Parts: sequence; C-alpha cells; structure tokens
Amino acid sequence: MHGNSQVFLEGISGFLGWYYVSLAAMNLIAAYWLWRARHLVGQAIFWLVVALFYMGYLAPMATSADPEWMPQMPALIRNLVNVSLGGSTGAVTYSVGSMVLLIVLYLGRRFFVRGQVAWGMLNLSLLALGLSMTDYNFYTIAAKPDNVPIVGLIFLIAFFTWLATSRAVENDDRIARGEPTLEHEGSEKVLVWPDLVYTELICMVALTAFLLLWGIGLEAPLEEPASSVKTPNPSKAPWYFLGLQEMLVYFDPWMAGVVMPSMIVVGLMAIPYLDFNPKGMGYYTIAERKFSYLTYQFGFLLLWIVLIVLGTFLRGPNWNIYSPYELWDVHKVEALNNVDLSQYFWISGMNMAMPRAPNGSSVPIQLFYIAQREWLGIVLVLAYFVVLPPFLAITVFRKYYAKMGFVRFMVMSNLLLFMLLLPIKMVLRWTVNLKYIVSIPEYFLNL
Amino acid sequence: MASGEKQSLGDVIRDSQIWKSIFRHPAPVDRRNRVVVMLTNFFLHLHPVSVKKQGIALSYTWCMGGVTFFLFLVETVTGVLLMFYYRPTLEWAYNDILSLRDVTSLGILRELHRWGAHAMVITVWLHMYRVFLTGSYKPPREFNWVIGVILLLLTLLLSFTGYLLPWDQLAIWAITVGSNMARATPILGYEGPGQQLLTLGGIDMITSGSDARFGLLGARFVGEETLNRFYVLHCIAIPLSAAFLMAIHFWRVRKDGGISGPL
Repeated sequence: MHGNSQVFLEGISGFLGWYYVSLAAMNLIAAYWLWRARHLVGQAIFWLVVALFYMGYLAPMATSADPEWMPQMPALIRNLVNVSLGGSTGAVTYSVGSMVLLIVLYLGRRFFVRGQVAWGMLNLSLLALGLSMTDYNFYTIAAKPDNVPIVGLIFLIAFFTWLATSRAVENDDRIARGEPTLEHEGSEKVLVWPDLVYTELICMVALTAFLLLWGIGLEAPLEEPASSVKTPNPSKAPWYFLGLQEMLVYFDPWMAGVVMPSMIVVGLMAIPYLDFNPKGMGYYTIAERKFSYLTYQFGFLLLWIVLIVLGTFLRGPNWNIYSPYELWDVHKVEALNNVDLSQYFWISGMNMAMPRAPNGSSVPIQLFYIAQREWLGIVLVLAYFVVLPPFLAITVFRKYYAKMGFVRFMVMSNLLLFMLLLPIKMVLRWTVNLKYIVSIPEYFLNL
Repeated sequence: MASGEKQSLGDVIRDSQIWKSIFRHPAPVDRRNRVVVMLTNFFLHLHPVSVKKQGIALSYTWCMGGVTFFLFLVETVTGVLLMFYYRPTLEWAYNDILSLRDVTSLGILRELHRWGAHAMVITVWLHMYRVFLTGSYKPPREFNWVIGVILLLLTLLLSFTGYLLPWDQLAIWAITVGSNMARATPILGYEGPGQQLLTLGGIDMITSGSDARFGLLGARFVGEETLNRFYVLHCIAIPLSAAFLMAIHFWRVRKDGGISGPL
C-alpha cells in the first residue's frame, strides 16, 4: 500500500507544484495591483508574503513527492470531516451546514464582500483544495474528468455571488444616502464599435485559448463499452441533474423526476409575472427586493447547486453518503427503517392493523379502504396546498395578496409551497424517519 | 501612384473593388463610419449603434450571455466535424469515439466539444443568475425571460442527448438513470400515478411499450433505437429549435430596449 501511495504522490506532484506556483502568481498580481493602483502598501506586503509562502515552501515541497514533506490536509481535519459527513447523519450535517453557511454569509455580507476578506477566503479554499488533492479518495472524485467542471462551477458561483453581492451592498448604501447607484453612473452612451465589438473579440479569443488548453490538458472520459447487464454502482445521472436525483432519496420518481422539474420550469417562467416590485431593475440590490432575492437564492444556491455538489462529491455506492476523504466501501451499510405516516397513525398511534380491503373487492370498495388508511396524509396534503395559501393571504402575505390579486397570489404561494416540499420532506426524514406522507402504492401514488 | 501620394497596402486593399463589394462600408475609423458599420454589416447589425456604458461593463454583465452564444457556436462547429467521424449505431458508435481519440488528427475535437458543453451549461446558469440579480426580467422584458428559460431547458437537453452518444458505460447508465423518471410520469408513464385511468375496454393503454419513457427512448430500454433518436435530437431537432429561439431572444433584447434597466 505504501508503494502505491508513493506512486500516486509522484503522479500528482508535478500538477500540485504548478498549482501552487499559479496561486503564488495570483497573489503576486494582487499584491502588485494593491501597491500600484491602490497604494495600499501594508496589504500588498501581506499578499506578497503569502505568494512567497506558496512559491518558496508549498510549491517545492509538493514537487518533492516525499510523503514526509508533501503539504497535506492535517489528519485532524480529515478525521473531523470524515466523522461529520461520513456517518449516518452526513446528509443532515451537509445540508444544514450549507444552509447555515449561506445564512451567515448573507447576514454578514457587509463583512464578507470586503476585498481583503473575500480574497482571503478564496486563498483558503484554494489551499484546502490543493492540500486535499494528496488524499487519494478526494483526488479520485475531484479529478474525475466530468467532475472537474463542477469544481470550477463552485468557484465560479462563489466568485459571481461575491461580485453581485459587493455591488448590491454598495448600491444599497448609496440608495440609503440618496445617491445614484453604480449602474446609474454608467448611463451615458458609448459607440458599440469599438467599445463592445472589441470586448467581444477579446472574450472570444480568450475563451478559445482557454478551451484549447482545457482540451489539451484534460482528456474527455471514455469508459468501457456500454453493457446493459453491468450496472455501475453508483449510477449517476449527468451532473446537472444530480439535484433531481438527490430528490429521489425523498420522493418517488413521479415527483422527483417529473412533477418537480416541471414545477421548476413553470416557476422560473412565472417569475416576471409574479414579481410586482418595480424596484431593482437594472442594478444590483438586495435591500430593495429582499423577498425575491432570498427566494431565488434559496432555490438556486441551496436547492440546486448545493444538492449537485452533494450528489457529485458525497454520494457513493448504493447512494450512501461518503465523506470526501473516505474510501468508497461498497459494503458500507446504512439502516433503512423509514415508516409511512399511515403506519405511524394506525400501528403506532391507534395500535390497530392497517385498514385493508377484503380480497376480491370492487374498485370503489378498495378506494374507500385506501382513503380510510391514508386519511391523515391526504388531509395534511390538501391542507398544505388548499388551506395554507388563503391563510397566508390573510396573515404574513397580506400586503402581497392585496397587490397581486387572487390568481397571481395563488400561483405564487403554490409554487413556493412546492419548493418547500423538498426541505420539509428532508427534515421529516431526518427527524422521524418518515417515508411517505401519503402512500398509495396500488396506484403508484406516494408522496 | 500618379498623384505622388503614397498609399499604404491597407488602403490599396480597402479601395479595391473586391473589398468594397464584400464590406458595404468604409473602415470604421471615424465616428460616422463607426455608426455606419453597425448598420450595414450583417453580423454586426445584431448590435445597436450605441449602448449605455454600464451595458458593456464586465463587472455588471459578466458577459455570460455572449459567452453562452459563443460556446453554442463552438459546439456547432466541433459538432459538425465530429459528425464526420461518428456513426450512431451499436456496431460503430464506441469504436468511432475510440478512433477519434487514437487515430484522428486534431485529437482534441471531442474534448473541445465535451468541455464546451459543460461550460455552456454553467454559463447559461450564470447568465440567468445575473439577469435575475439585476432584475432584468421586469417589464417589458418578461417574455424574453420566458424564452430564456426554454433555452436553458434546451441547453440541458442538448447536453443530455449528447451524453449518450459515446456509448460507453458512463453514457448509457447516466441516460438510463435520467430517463427512468419518465416511466413514472403521471397518467402517461406505466409506473406513474393514474396510469390506470387510460384503459380502453379493460385493456391498459399505457404499458412499458407505449408510455412516455418508450416515446423518449424508442424502446423499452436504452438501446440502438435510443441512440438513433438521441443522435437526431442532438444534431438536428434541438439545435435548430435553440437557434430559432436564440434569434428571437437576441431580437427581443434589442426591441425591449437593451439588456436591462428602464427604457
């Protein structure tokens, strides 16, 4: 095993050496820019020291491929991550942790958008990525050719969220002071030739170069020829559908694969017709459109991106959760003892047998027994979709209802309720092992 | 050179009959001709003559819509080239991909196509993210957002149908997992809720040989019919639909008064 790991370390040492050199270059450029453009000598020196640390220590140590010297993620942190994500509560820790992280970033956005802070966080995450690459299990997942774009996606989403938020924070301050927004300052007109067409040209050239480098540096994956009898474990959908596949843990395919995706598409299309707020048009702002901002971020960052990352990096054989530093052990067993709501009600609650239609009874009789068996779930679901919206209309959303009118409000509240169905089901699964709220397997109707 | 004034080679070329017949305008070196070039050039007429300064600031626009369109063009060009080397049959699909890697010159054609496709999915999301965060879907741009959502869907379907074509384990199982969902389509899938509703004289209309999944795959499981079906969708039907919608999408950006902001 030691021999193998030596071969592995030697295999990646070259890449890691260049990786740390580019991190050094990145910080060197930042230091130079801070010094020349911003005249912030103290900050420039700080990032210069960071660059020298990458260049003078991490890069040569990584190139050495010596397990003694190679910079690695401390075992303490790896064990901590393994314990918190690899155990049976990994999904809970990960999902709740991501949500808490996003909430902290949102509430502390004034602090986190500062150049120094954001740059520091970027450095830390890139460093963590580099240190983790020496872990064989981590490397296997992160460097899988089709997963490389997702690593990129995480950094791109983080970068653009930072960019948008820093502009929004700045704009919100300006609006509060009664000053024009950043965007308003750029409202004079310029000619498209040369200002825009040259930008486009430069973008195209840069992008072509980038794609060529990516294409040369990383080979497209090609596995064994297709075989319909050899099912890989895990079988994963293409990465952009992993959020939907993750929903399969909590819902049956008709919800996770058909109804929910349709609702996402319909809901996205409905946004412009539901958002009646005329403010926040043509500039970044959070304060002027908090509700729509938070709803979108909840759906996009938490329910889409975070779940894709979960599906890509943490889901392993048998769709179990594995920590990124954990070996994908096919024999890892997770107890599945999920219980339907009707079982809770009849067996645990009433201490009775589940109602069952006598053998050979006609369809209406069967339906009657199903309704009797599942009455609690059916009532709850109906209350959720039928009673809750009007209740919201006269309580928390009273102002929205007055502005939107009946139809628009009902559409909006039902779309929101559909979106919330996933986190609700997740929490019910984690806390009381709930399998289905309504379980009618006779008609494939499980919710 | 009778006049004695020396002409540069560039001037000679630009004054030639051939040049003038191709480009309908003089070189855009002064203000007037910079306007004229935008109005008379087919490729540039997509743009307005002038835009708000913030409308071209990268920190505002992120350029992600443009990047997505560029990636679509990259995918089209590399895709057409790939079609020269690829036959969508069980006998040849995998082998053609193998020889594409090992034998064909310009050996990174498939890499460019695959990485471009992944990048395009990401840039579409980022474009949508920017449009949302700047409130650029608000009136009068509501409908263009709707077209954008359909384009997002088409991008995902393009990527999804393309995923199958290499015909390796990665391909068929990803498509199997993805398309198994269709089996559970309410009413129209044979394991979907309410499929019992569609019966005719006691005979199920919705079976594994006639449901939504069968329509998608052209068979009961991912096989040669699926390969052919996805190939046609990937190379013809979806790109054409996307190109058509893109034309409307860009046209509406112009007609609705630029990429964002009040008119």
